[in-house]
Amino acid sequence: MSASPSLLSLAGVHTHIGAYHILHGVDFEVPSGQVTMLLGRNGAGKTTTLRTIMGLWSASQGSVVFDGRRIGGPAAAGDSGQAPPTPEIAQLGIAYVPENMGIFSDLTVRENMLLAARQAKRAAELDTTRLEWLFGLFPALRKFWLYPAGKLSGGQKQMLAIARAMIEPRRLLLIDEPSKGLAPAIVQNLIAALRELKATATTVLLVEQNFAMAKSLGDSVAVMDDGRVVHRGPMAELAGDEALQHKLLGLSLAAHQ
Amino acid sequence: MLLDRLFSHDRPRNRWLAVVLVAIVVALALTPFIFPGTKALNVAAKVIVFIVLAASFDLLLGYTGIVSFAHTMFFGIGAYGIAIASTRIGPTWAAMALGALAALLLSAVLSLLIGLFSLRVKAIFFAMITLAVASAFATLASQLSDFTGGEDGLTFKVPEALRPGTEYAAEPFLGASIDGRFVTYYLIFVVALLLVLALLRIVNSPFGRVLQAIRENDFRAEAIGYRTVVYRTIASVASALFATLAGVLLALWLRYNGPDTTLSFEIMLDVLLIVVIGGMGTMYGAVVGSVLLVLAQNYLQDVMKIAASAVQDVPLLAQVVSPDRWLLWLGILFVLSVYYFPSGVVGRLRAMRRN
Amino acid sequence: MTDAPTATASSVAAATGAEALPKSRFDTLPLLLTAIVALAAWPAVGSTSTWLTLTFAGLAMGMIVFIAASGLTLVFGLMDVLNFGHSVFIALGAYVTTSVFAATLGWTSVASLAPTLAAVFVAMLAAMLLGGVVGLGFERVIVRPVYGQHLKQILVTIGGAIIGEELIKVVWGPAQIPLPLPEALRGSVLVGDAAVEKFRLVAVVVGLVVLIALLYTLNRTKIGLLIRAGVQDREMVESLGYRIRRLFVGVFAAGSALAGLGGSLWGMNQQIVVPQIGGQVNVLLFIVIIIGGLGSTLGCLVGALVIGLMTNYVGFLAPKLTMFSSIGLMVAVLVWRPQGLYPVTNR
Repeated sequence: MSASPSLLSLAGVHTHIGAYHILHGVDFEVPSGQVTMLLGRNGAGKTTTLRTIMGLWSASQGSVVFDGRRIGGPAAAGDSGQAPPTPEIAQLGIAYVPENMGIFSDLTVRENMLLAARQAKRAAELDTTRLEWLFGLFPALRKFWLYPAGKLSGGQKQMLAIARAMIEPRRLLLIDEPSKGLAPAIVQNLIAALRELKATATTVLLVEQNFAMAKSLGDSVAVMDDGRVVHRGPMAELAGDEALQHKLLGLSLAAHQ
Repeated sequence: MLLDRLFSHDRPRNRWLAVVLVAIVVALALTPFIFPGTKALNVAAKVIVFIVLAASFDLLLGYTGIVSFAHTMFFGIGAYGIAIASTRIGPTWAAMALGALAALLLSAVLSLLIGLFSLRVKAIFFAMITLAVASAFATLASQLSDFTGGEDGLTFKVPEALRPGTEYAAEPFLGASIDGRFVTYYLIFVVALLLVLALLRIVNSPFGRVLQAIRENDFRAEAIGYRTVVYRTIASVASALFATLAGVLLALWLRYNGPDTTLSFEIMLDVLLIVVIGGMGTMYGAVVGSVLLVLAQNYLQDVMKIAASAVQDVPLLAQVVSPDRWLLWLGILFVLSVYYFPSGVVGRLRAMRRN
Repeated sequence: MTDAPTATASSVAAATGAEALPKSRFDTLPLLLTAIVALAAWPAVGSTSTWLTLTFAGLAMGMIVFIAASGLTLVFGLMDVLNFGHSVFIALGAYVTTSVFAATLGWTSVASLAPTLAAVFVAMLAAMLLGGVVGLGFERVIVRPVYGQHLKQILVTIGGAIIGEELIKVVWGPAQIPLPLPEALRGSVLVGDAAVEKFRLVAVVVGLVVLIALLYTLNRTKIGLLIRAGVQDREMVESLGYRIRRLFVGVFAAGSALAGLGGSLWGMNQQIVVPQIGGQVNVLLFIVIIIGGLGSTLGCLVGALVIGLMTNYVGFLAPKLTMFSSIGLMVAVLVWRPQGLYPVTNR
């Protein structure tokens, strides 16, 4: 099997937050052009992993390599003596949708989108074709275009957060638990939108607890527990093995519709 | 050991610090004999009062982690309590006691309100609000002239026993004239000593330890089961009461009080300088810092005069080392302390021991 | 690859234009506070012409305070830095004004408006420049080492304030310096029955210019967008690829430039400049930004106007209570809205 080249790879990543040792040697790869799921129980270290990739927390050991470039870990210091800061990592083409969505509530939907579009200096410069595509996926955005984003419902905010990550083409999307706290119907909308994203062959690293969603979107999967990756492989493999699901995630396929 | 218990097991923990502290206490105890003249006695009395004031502030800032600029308010309340009591009732011991008691009561109530308020707002908010409140109080004091003597303040008499005119011995004894001033000085000294020891007792008690835990991480302290509200409030009130007593002592010494004597922002800055340069959260820092500051205020200028005359022809430089600009150098020292000696002189000395 | 449907100009215009749903209701209640205070004072003052004079004086003072405080609140909102040394920039502005006026005596002693305004303009410009430059240095030397540590910030910026005040004494001397208003700006203009001081007019005009410039920058430019977003969630702005820390220095310098401008106007308002001038206004500034909500420019404006009005009305009715009225107002606002009139969310 010819493996897709890895766009992102983590090797032996340890992360400490204050006195707490959260990641104990995380190893996995994110193949280019695919959706990789990052699964695991609460507290397994999934969010920490995303934040480490993004440079919001530093990896005390190991390495994070994006497209051949070291962006995390002690050796990433390079010339400047410090690992690339978050803005620089983002400028390499990585978009991050955090668990709390990171919506600027006082800013309008339009301003949120404008901010995410680094190339555009004014709203008029937004790529209208792309914007229309996003309006198609997330109709609420058009409806609430001039409203402060804080007025949106939870599901709509999530849509906005993801639309922000899609307003310009990015090499890698890191999305943290988008379905959290959303009603099942909204989750369906979300899945549909992410399917369209997937169709554009964008590389995505998706953290999710909703296994049905994971199954329908993921190409490959990495499962974390206690700050380590305890399973890696194609999604299909995990999806077909209920015993393995139960062992790793404490659930069976029937548990989540 | 009795000495250990006296100091509540909070030993200086460093030979140099212990030497310095002993030297300070001895010097202060024997000032009337060793350093002749009224200026020296005044400086010493001021040092003593500031030690108590700074120590009370350290309880709040260093041990509980609360930044409040309203501290001088309580200092002023104590001083005004004595001043007003003497002016209104008469220079008797009973009046003094009444004044002090009234002041303590007022301080307790105000600090309770402020303390409770501090818990509802964020630290930054609180700091700014205390600044505004202290300002308002100072304005109030200078405007209620009928009561407080306004801008000019109140000059008043102290009980007979403490008056400078009262002589206890016809001839000076070992160089010191035994009069009312002498008695007042030792009264202040003894009371201050007791107050500082009391503070040491407080911060080293289980209560004090909880305070420090709260300062470090109030979430965790709350999680363990300590009602941080209660502890912080008690600390606020205690700190205010000690400051009030410092004000009482000052008033007894100066026989005068006005808005600038106790309520000005300059005094607040002095206390801040003392605690930071001396060392936050150490109590001994208040002692060392007070000595440094008051000596600097009074004698540094003489030193700078010498330096100034050396460069008096260089225009700007002459101004910079002019003795009037001693606060500039103290300010620089303060900023440097915050960066490089976050634990102050005392902390530095103690750290040396470990190397 | 999905082909996005071809967009027509009109559909996008419809989305981005006014045909979209109207903006959600803007929180006007705090703005009304200004009107409420003004109207409540009317019967108390009695005479309408006096009330007009006082109101205008209050608005002018409010504008000056707003200019000085806008930098403080923005710096706190964006950088989480509380600068107790803000008073230094204000004092510098006032002192520089004395120097400029002394140097341009030829312009200001003439009763004609044009050279006078030119001198005032030069003074304001110099105040802003000096404030901005010193602000840059202040940020670098004093503030930057203690980002994120609130306690140390308070201490260090106070230290900076002490040093700044002493250095001012070194340069300009410790004695007070009178700052008489130029000939052409003395006296009042009659609006009906009310006397409106000429200088106050200038202050209000300058204030409006600053306000418009601030609002424009914040709401219509991308930098302003970054600042407003950064005030809410700095981390997310960085995650979107913006080096917002570089913006910090600029915002700090802008804030201190504005403080300098405010100081210049304040000095002219007081007509006498003392080294403590910064500290005197500082307390008022803190009250204003607490009332307005830390980080909110609009809140700062409302707070400043209300405090300005209050101070003037109470100054007329019961001069001894001005400080208390300000504090009382602050407490009342905090009881109503504990985080200020326009709290910045996500704080």
